Amino acid sequence: MMPGVQQSPAGAPLLKVENLVVEYAVGGRTIHAVSGVSLEVARGETLGLVGESGCGKSTLGRAVLQLRRAQSGRVLFDGEDLTAMHGDTLRKMRQRVQLIFQDPIASLNPRRRIGDIVAEPLVISGVKDPGKRKELVCEVLSAVGLDPELVIERLPHEFSGGQCQRICIARALVLNPEFIICDEPVSALDVSIRAQILNLLEDMKARFGLTLLFIAHDLAVVKAVSDRVAVMYLGRLCEVGPSEQVFAHPAHPYTALLIEAIPVPDPEVRPAESVAVGEPPSPMSPPSGCRFRTRCPRADQRCSDEVPELRELAPMQFAACHHPLIAAS
Amino acid sequence: MSEPALLSVENVSVDLPTPRGNLRAVDHVDLKVGAGRTLGIVGESGCGKTMLSRAVLQLLPKKAKLSGRVMFDGQDLVRLDPERLRKLRGRSLAVVFQDPMTSLNPVLTIGTQLIETLQEHLELDGHAAKKRSVELLAAVGIPAPEQRLTQYPHQLSGGMRQRVAIAIALSCEPKLLIADEPTTALDVTIQAQILDLLAREQRRRHMAMILITHDLGVVAGRTNEVAVMYAGRVVERAPTSALFRNMHMPYTQALLAAIPKIDAAPHTPLSAISGRPPDPTRPIQGCSFSPRCRFAAGLCHREKPVLTAAESAAHQFACFHPILAAAGVTA
Repeated sequence: MMPGVQQSPAGAPLLKVENLVVEYAVGGRTIHAVSGVSLEVARGETLGLVGESGCGKSTLGRAVLQLRRAQSGRVLFDGEDLTAMHGDTLRKMRQRVQLIFQDPIASLNPRRRIGDIVAEPLVISGVKDPGKRKELVCEVLSAVGLDPELVIERLPHEFSGGQCQRICIARALVLNPEFIICDEPVSALDVSIRAQILNLLEDMKARFGLTLLFIAHDLAVVKAVSDRVAVMYLGRLCEVGPSEQVFAHPAHPYTALLIEAIPVPDPEVRPAESVAVGEPPSPMSPPSGCRFRTRCPRADQRCSDEVPELRELAPMQFAACHHPLIAAS
Repeated sequence: MSEPALLSVENVSVDLPTPRGNLRAVDHVDLKVGAGRTLGIVGESGCGKTMLSRAVLQLLPKKAKLSGRVMFDGQDLVRLDPERLRKLRGRSLAVVFQDPMTSLNPVLTIGTQLIETLQEHLELDGHAAKKRSVELLAAVGIPAPEQRLTQYPHQLSGGMRQRVAIAIALSCEPKLLIADEPTTALDVTIQAQILDLLAREQRRRHMAMILITHDLGVVAGRTNEVAVMYAGRVVERAPTSALFRNMHMPYTQALLAAIPKIDAAPHTPLSAISGRPPDPTRPIQGCSFSPRCRFAAGLCHREKPVLTAAESAAHQFACFHPILAAAGVTA
C-alpha cells in the first residue's frame, strides 16, 4: 500500500508501520486481524486509531511492540526495524515504547505494592540503586497527580479505576519513554473520571514530550486528543487524515457511519434512524474486495472485485474507497 | 401526566450489608413511569441505578433490605407473594440486561429459550409458540429467524444476542420494559441499531420503558423524562427537553460537560469533575456531591438538599446552589 507516499506531516516519522499483516490460527481457521496496514506517527503527534471491536486495532498496537509477531511487514521505530529485533536488543528498544491497557485494575498485580509496581520497569531496565528508583517513582507518581507518600505502600485494590489508571500511566512514564501506545485507556472509566484521565494524558504528553498512538472505539474521545485519526475496519485501514478534516468531511462511508452513530447529548438532535446496516462480518472470512462493502450503501461490483488502495483525496487525507464521499482534489 | 402512573417507586431505599459496614445503594427514591412513556435513569457506576432497577424487579441480593413501596399496575411488588411475582416478571414486567451473554442460557438454543418463555407465560402450545418465536426474531431484525431457533447464543454476535434478549423480553407483550445499559457492551454502530429497535417497539406496543445508562447522549433523543442519580439519590429529574435546556443541578451539568464534544477542536481540555464519587459505606452528612462541587458552600456540607420544583413541578432538583442561567450549558 503506497510505501512511497508519506501520510504524516513533514519530517521522518517516529513510528512507521509498513504493510503489516497479523493473522491468528484458531481451530484450524485463520483470523485475519491485520491485513496490510501502513501507518506513520510523526514525532510529537497523537495518532488516534479507531474502529469497532474485532477490527484489529489492539492487535496492531501489540504488533508494534512485538508482543504479537507479524506474519509480514515492518515496524520501523526511529528508523530501526522492530520486527527484526529479538532478545536484549528488543528489550532495550521497548524502554522507549510503552503500553497502557484498557482495564487498569486488571493490569496491576493485586499482590504487589504500588511503589514496586511502578518501579518494576526500572528494575527490568537495570536501575540497581533502590534510592534512585524510589526517587524516580515518587517523581512520576506526583506527575500523575498522586501523593507518593500515601500511595507507594498500598495495594491496587485500595484504589478506584481512575486512580489505577493513573498508576498505570505512572508505570508507563517511569522509564521516560518517547512513545506510548494507549489501548482504550478510558473505556472502562466513568464519564467524570474519563475526562480527568484524558486531560492527564494530554498534560503528560506535553510535559514529557511524548508521541502517542491512541487506540479507542469512541470517536469523540479520539478526536479530543488526536492530531490525526486512522479508521480501521476488519483489519484494513479505511481512512487516515487530520482529525478536524476527517470529522468535518469524512471520505470513507465507514467513517461517516461511525460519526453518525455517536449519540449526541441534545434532545433537539433526532437520532438518525438506524444509519447502520447489518453487522461486521467475521474476520475469519472477510469479504472480497473492500471489506466494508457488505454494509456500504455505495457498494457496487467493483467493490467486490477490487481491493481499494489508500489514496490522497484531500491534503493529508487518505481513504481506501472506490466511491469516496469527497472528490479527489 | 394525566393517566395514573403504571409504575410508581415510592420512597424506596436499599441497604446492603458489606464487610465494611452498611452500604446504602438507593436512598429515598421516588419515581413514576406512565404507560407508553420512557424514563431515562442516568448516573455513573455505583450511583445505585442498577440496584434501583433490581428493586423494581424484586431481584435484589438476598441480604439486601428494601424499604418503601414499588407500585406496579395497582399492586405493591414488595409485598407480593413469590408465585404471583414470578408470573408477573417476564409477563408484564420484562428486563434487558447489559451483557446478553450472561442473560441467555449458554447451553440452550435460542428457540428453547424463547419458546419456554412463551409457553410458561402465555400458555401457547408448541406449534404456536414456535411460530410466534419466528415472528419475534424477525421483528427484532434477526435475519433467517427460523434457522436461528436451532442455534446457541455463542454462535451469534453480541449485537444479535442482544436482539434475542430483546425478543425474549418483548415476547409476552410486557407493560414495562427495563433496559439496563442495553448497549454498553456493544459497538457504536450496533448501539444505534439496538436503541432504535427498543424505541420502535416501545412506541408500537405502547409499552413503558426505563432506559438505564451512564451516557447522557443515549437518553437525549430517546426518553420522555430523565432522572439523574448520584450516590443513591435522584438529584435532578425533568422532562428530557426541559433538562437539556436548563440543567439546575451542578452534577448534571458537569456530567454533560465532561463528555468530549465531537465538534470541539482536538486538544480542547475537557471539563473534568475533580475527585470521585463518595464511598457508599461512608455516608456524607451534607450533599453527596459537595466534595466535588465548585458551588458548594456552608449549608451543602451540613444538610442534604431535597428535591424541589424548578420552573415546573415536573422539573425537580436537589441543590442549595442551583444553576439558574439557561445559557452556556452545552458549551
